[in-house]
Amino acid sequence: MTSPSLAVAVLEHSPGYWRSVLSRLLRDKVALGAGTAVLILLIMAILGPLLAPADPYQPSMLSRLKPIGSAGYLLGSDELGRDMLSRLIVGARLSLFMGLTPVFLAFFIGTAIGLLAGYSGGWVNSVIMRTVDVFYAFPSVLLAIALSGALGAGIFNSLISLTMVFIPPIARVAESVTTQVRGRDYVESARASGANAFTIVRVHVLGNVLGPIFVYSTSLIAVSMILASGLSFLGLGVKPPEPEWGLMLNTLRTAIYAQPWVAALPGAMIFMTSITFNLLSDSLRSAMDNKQ
Amino acid sequence: MSALPLLRIKGLTKHFPLKKSIFGGGGGVVRAVDSIDFDVLPGETLGVVGESGCGKSTTARLLMQLIDPTAGEVIFDGAAVGTRDLPLKAFRRQVQMVFQDSYASLNPRLTVEDSIAFGPQVHGVALAEAKQRAHNLLARVGLEPGRFAARYPHELSGGQRQRVNIARALALQPRVVILDEAVSALDKSVEAQVLNLLLDLKDAFGLTYVFISHDLNVVRFISDRVMVMYLGQVVEIGPAEGLFEQPAHPYTRALLSSIPSMDPDHRTEKPALSGDPPNPIEPPTGCRFHTRCPEAQAVCAQTIPRLCGLTSTHAVACLMYEPGSGHSRAAASGGMAA
Repeated sequence: MTSPSLAVAVLEHSPGYWRSVLSRLLRDKVALGAGTAVLILLIMAILGPLLAPADPYQPSMLSRLKPIGSAGYLLGSDELGRDMLSRLIVGARLSLFMGLTPVFLAFFIGTAIGLLAGYSGGWVNSVIMRTVDVFYAFPSVLLAIALSGALGAGIFNSLISLTMVFIPPIARVAESVTTQVRGRDYVESARASGANAFTIVRVHVLGNVLGPIFVYSTSLIAVSMILASGLSFLGLGVKPPEPEWGLMLNTLRTAIYAQPWVAALPGAMIFMTSITFNLLSDSLRSAMDNKQ
Repeated sequence: MSALPLLRIKGLTKHFPLKKSIFGGGGGVVRAVDSIDFDVLPGETLGVVGESGCGKSTTARLLMQLIDPTAGEVIFDGAAVGTRDLPLKAFRRQVQMVFQDSYASLNPRLTVEDSIAFGPQVHGVALAEAKQRAHNLLARVGLEPGRFAARYPHELSGGQRQRVNIARALALQPRVVILDEAVSALDKSVEAQVLNLLLDLKDAFGLTYVFISHDLNVVRFISDRVMVMYLGQVVEIGPAEGLFEQPAHPYTRALLSSIPSMDPDHRTEKPALSGDPPNPIEPPTGCRFHTRCPEAQAVCAQTIPRLCGLTSTHAVACLMYEPGSGHSRAAASGGMAA
C-alpha cells in the first residue's frame, strides 16, 4: 500500500507555535526564575508608592545614612535621610520605564528599517545599511551621551537618544535575518505565485524574522537600563529628587566610605534587573527554536 | 507532433556578474545559461539532464521569471511574457514550480493548508474557497485533509512534504509545472510513489511538465522528450526513447554510459568522463565540450557547433553531424549527416 498514514507522526493536531514555545518555557527552571523576578519588578513598578513603607521623598536631617537594618529603615537611609527601601521600590517604575521604552520603540523602527533593507537588497540595502553603519560606528555610551547632550537633559530627551542608540543594532540584526529568509525557496515560491512584495513580507517573511529580532531586542533591555542609569548619573536623564536607580547611585557615591552597603544597593538593583532580562531572553532564544 | 509549442524559449541567456575587486580585477561573468532555444509542447514531459552546474536550475528559474534574463525571451501560448499580452502575474498563474528541497520550500510558520491556499488568495480567491481547494488538492495528492491540513511542515516526512509542494503548485490550476529536481531528495521507494502521482496528476489535469533531474533513469521513465545541457548550452534534444537508444552527441553518450548497469557482466570499468566541467567564467572556445571529448579534433576548438536536426524531432549540436564542418567524421558540405 502507498498509504501515507504509515509515516504519520503521533501528533494529530499541531499545538500551535506559540503554545509550544510557552510549554518549553514553563519546563525551563531558569526561565521560570527569571520570569518570576521580572513579574516582581513589574509589580514594584506598577504599585510602587502603595508598596513603599515610607514616603520616598521625605528627608530627615537626623537620620542620614543609617546602616542596613536600622529601626524604621530596613535597608538604611540615603544622604538626605530618605528611606532606601521605599526609594528602591518606587524607583523601579522610572528605571524600568527608561529601560523598556527605548528598546520597545527601537524594536519597531529597527525592524521596519531592517526588513526594508533586507527584502529590497541591491542599492536600497546599501544606502540604508551604510547610513545605519555610521551610527553603529560610535560606541553606544558615547552616542547616548552625545545625543542626550545635544538634545538637552530630561527624561523625554534621554528616551529619544537611547532609542536612536538601539535602532542601528536592531536594524542590522533584522536586515541579516531578512536577507537570509529572502533567499529561501518558500519566498521564491511565493514570488512564483505572483504575490507582491508587501504580501510576501507580511505572510512569509515577518513570521520568520520576528523571533530572532525579538530575542536580540530583549537582550538590549539590560543595556538600556544601564545606559539610562548612566545618563541619569551624568545628570542628563532623570532629575532629583525623583527616585531612579542610576541617579540614586550617583548621589550616594559620595557616601561610599561612610555606608558602602547602602551606597551599593541601587547598583545591585540595576545589576539584578539586567541579569534577569538577560537570562529571560536567553531562555526565550532556546524555547523559540522549534526544531529541537 | 506539429502542435503549436506551449512554451517557446528563444535565445535565453543568463550571465551572473562576478564581484569586482577593489583593485579593478575580476568583473567577469559566469555564463550560467548561454543562448538556449527550445520548445515545450502541450501535454508533453520535457526532461532536462546534465551535470551539476550545467545551468539546469538557472534555466528553471529563468522560465519561472524568478531571475531576470540577460537576453532572450519566453513565449507562452503565443504571447511574450511580461508584455501587455501576458503580464507577469497572469503568466505565473499558468506556470508553477516544485523545488528540490521539500523543507526549505514550505514556510515553517504556516500550516499545510495555509501554504497551499496562499497562491489562490493572491489571485483573488476568497479564503474559504481557497481552503476548500487546498483540502481537495491534499486529498488528490494522497494526504487525508482531516489529518494533514492543520499540520506544520516539520511534522511531515520528506515525501509528504513534497506532496504538499505539488499540491501548492497545482493550487493555481497551472498548465505547466516545472519540477526542479523535485524527486531527487527522496528515498527510492518514496520517489517511485511521487513519480506515479505526478504521472497521474498530469493525466487528470492535462498538465505539461518540464522535469529537471540529474537522475537519468527517472528522466527516461517520465519524459516524452529529453534535452541534454552542458555548460549552459543545449547539446542534444530529442524523443526520450530515441535519445536513450541512440545518443548522438559524445557528451550524451558519456552521460548515458555513466548509468550503472544492472548486469554485473556489463559493469563499467573506466569512467566515461573524467574531470570536472570547465570553468563557466571562461568556457572553452568552439565546442564547449572539446576539452573532454573523445572525438575532439582541431576544428572543435575553433568552430561553435549549431543545433542540427538528425531527424525532424532529434537535434544535436556537434560538428560530427554538421555537414561541411571540417570534422573528419562529418559529411561533406551539402550531404547528409552520417
